[in-house]
Amino acid sequence: MILGWKDIKPGFVILEVGSSRSLKTGDWRTERPVLDRDKCNKCGLCYLFCPEGTIREDEEGYFVSDLYYCKGCGICAHECPQKAITMEPEG
Amino acid sequence: MRVALEGSHAVSEAVRQANVDVIAAYPITPQTHIVERLAEMVAEGELDAEFIPVESEHSALSVCIGASAVGARTFTCTSGPGLALMAEIVFIASSMRLPILMVLANRSLSAPLSIWNDHSDAMMVRDSGWIQVFVNSAQEAYDHVFIGFRTAEDKRVLLPFMIHMDGFFLTHAVEPVELVEQSVVDKYLPPPDFPYRLDPASPLTMGAFVMPDQYAEVKKAQDEALKASYGPLLEAWKAWGELTGRHYLPIEGFYLEDAEVVFLTVGSYGEVAHMAVEELRQKGMPVGIAKLRLWRPFPFEDLRKALKGVKYLAVIDRAVCPGGVGGPVALEVRSALYGMEGPKVVDFIVGIAGRDVTPEDYLKMAEMTPEVAGGGSENYVFYGVKE
Amino acid sequence: MKTIGEVRFTRKNLPKEEFFVSGHTACQGCGEALAVRLALKALGKDTIVACATGCIEIISSRFPETAWLVPWIHVAFENTAAVISGVEAGLKAMTRKGRFPQKRVFCVGMAGDGGTADIGLQALSGALERGHDILFLCFDNEAYMNTGIQRSSATPFGAVTTTSPAGKRSPGQVTWKKNVPEIAVAHGIPYVATACPSFPYDLMTKVRRGAEVKGPAYVHILSPCPTGWRCAPHLAVEVGRLAVETGVFPLYEVIEGRYRINMPKKELKPVEEYLNLQGRFRHLSPEIKGYIQKRVTEEWEKLLQKAKAFPYEE
Repeated sequence: MILGWKDIKPGFVILEVGSSRSLKTGDWRTERPVLDRDKCNKCGLCYLFCPEGTIREDEEGYFVSDLYYCKGCGICAHECPQKAITMEPEG
Repeated sequence: MRVALEGSHAVSEAVRQANVDVIAAYPITPQTHIVERLAEMVAEGELDAEFIPVESEHSALSVCIGASAVGARTFTCTSGPGLALMAEIVFIASSMRLPILMVLANRSLSAPLSIWNDHSDAMMVRDSGWIQVFVNSAQEAYDHVFIGFRTAEDKRVLLPFMIHMDGFFLTHAVEPVELVEQSVVDKYLPPPDFPYRLDPASPLTMGAFVMPDQYAEVKKAQDEALKASYGPLLEAWKAWGELTGRHYLPIEGFYLEDAEVVFLTVGSYGEVAHMAVEELRQKGMPVGIAKLRLWRPFPFEDLRKALKGVKYLAVIDRAVCPGGVGGPVALEVRSALYGMEGPKVVDFIVGIAGRDVTPEDYLKMAEMTPEVAGGGSENYVFYGVKE
Repeated sequence: MKTIGEVRFTRKNLPKEEFFVSGHTACQGCGEALAVRLALKALGKDTIVACATGCIEIISSRFPETAWLVPWIHVAFENTAAVISGVEAGLKAMTRKGRFPQKRVFCVGMAGDGGTADIGLQALSGALERGHDILFLCFDNEAYMNTGIQRSSATPFGAVTTTSPAGKRSPGQVTWKKNVPEIAVAHGIPYVATACPSFPYDLMTKVRRGAEVKGPAYVHILSPCPTGWRCAPHLAVEVGRLAVETGVFPLYEVIEGRYRINMPKKELKPVEEYLNLQGRFRHLSPEIKGYIQKRVTEEWEKLLQKAKAFPYEE
């Protein structure tokens, strides 16, 4: 969104905090994490180690990656003690 | 109340009366007395402020930015090389629209090292985006601390404000100063209330980086803001005049109607020039003087109006732009007068590193002006340089 | 002697809220983004952050997008410690004058290794010496990563960067990593610690302790950078873990000048395990690797001696 000069606040301050959430960084990835719920023991380490903060706890307590942002780095899969996450090629 | 005060101490007193929140400054001659007196005031409990003895000028202005960003009224001061060290941050303070007040005790930039006064430091930051005024006395310096804060913090402005005050000549000379009652200051200067602040209650982001497709818009907004600060500054001057009887204008002219040669001065040398003009007029010389007070935003209209009909304008420059350009004030004045039926401008570069300019020198310069004026636009005179 | 807070983060009290949110443009597998995310979880919403120019600033604040949910300011590269000093001083004055509610706001400066140990060192030293109530976090990815992997004084010996390339006449970085935590300790501040996002609860606990302590605190956070260290993105956490377990980057705290070593707890793993994961060390000869091992062991011994001579006793 490009602003005209009159719409820019003094000192170009950004009032809408967290506005980065409009950027679909999920477009970057070449692999996506896939969770095997049978192996998952809900330890939450994947949630803790995600640099994007995009892994969330669902209603059943499993941790699932929000693919809108997931960059497919594979840290979650690599760190999962149960090897419950596998990285599968995108598309 | 009328007291005898060193210019520096007049500034410190004004800063105290303005109830500043944060002071961050690094000592450098000839600004030191301002800082030392403020440190004393804080230590004695006369001024309730955080006095931050920073480890460099660069950090001084950086501390001011942090403080101003949370909504604190902040003050700093420096001179010459200290300003040069701070320069990166000077530009940032204005583009981030933080209403910081700085007193610049004008001093030569190195090299060579010189603690003495000229305007090379002021001219370095012409384009920094700060509102800038030159004062001519301790009284004016004192007054402009209040005028500066009021204008800078005006919600229509939100720009940092720089007071140029000649080092030693104004900082160290003891002059009579009319102090203003605290109740008058409190009426004139409302408590700080900045619209954009770092506050967990309403978070925001300051100082994002901007891509080429948006940067020009930010700069245009800044340019317009500095231009638009003219109105609020004049209002602030008017209100001050009504409260104290001391009226300030962007440019003040004396004897311009019938003068052949008019001196244009910036800063305290104008006081001696004014004295010289009085003496010369007594002897029948048709001279006059225009004292430029407002430097940024540059008062184009006021200048043109004042100098209309003047035959010769002898600009007294206290800095040089090396390489054949001459002096910065003449450069800007010529640009402002371009296209106008107006004075022939002659540029005298004087008072470099505080070298004295006497009334006799003004007589000589007045006599030289018509001769030099014939020489085209590159004519500038490095007056009094020993061959 | 209890000058540090009681907070200790575990799974049970892990804060759920994110204050450094998705949509930022850090590389895949960025250890620094992970560290920042964890640090902000530990700090919570009553925090003001001053951030240096660098990776984190660039990936999180491209106008008009911002990944920050706390008040945040960026000014320049070298002055973060000065800016956060000003924030702290401003809040102090305003609180005293009744213009800011009486409550604790954590004033946190964040900078990379460049903005801390090189161009930022002067401002950091000044801020620590003046005793401001601030927390300074150095996110150390061991080079000027944002401008394309140029060396800093925190680049480890033998590492390849664009300004310390390996060649016929050079092994890569020719100097040993500058010990910035010790510089902070030399300022006599109440709390200094080292941390790594591979040990997330330890990192969060230390960040919180540093924030809560009255006076200046410094936490040095090793931030694995797959892009600059030349390893696959998914190895970011593992390489950080190995840095700690081999003794290359031990985790410890210095509380009022007294040492407490947190990790490693067992015998040091061989440094080669750590070096072999990273392309920036691929060129190293066995002699140089041997030197690195020797020196890491020495530095670890020195740290153990310090902890023995000046132990922190609760």
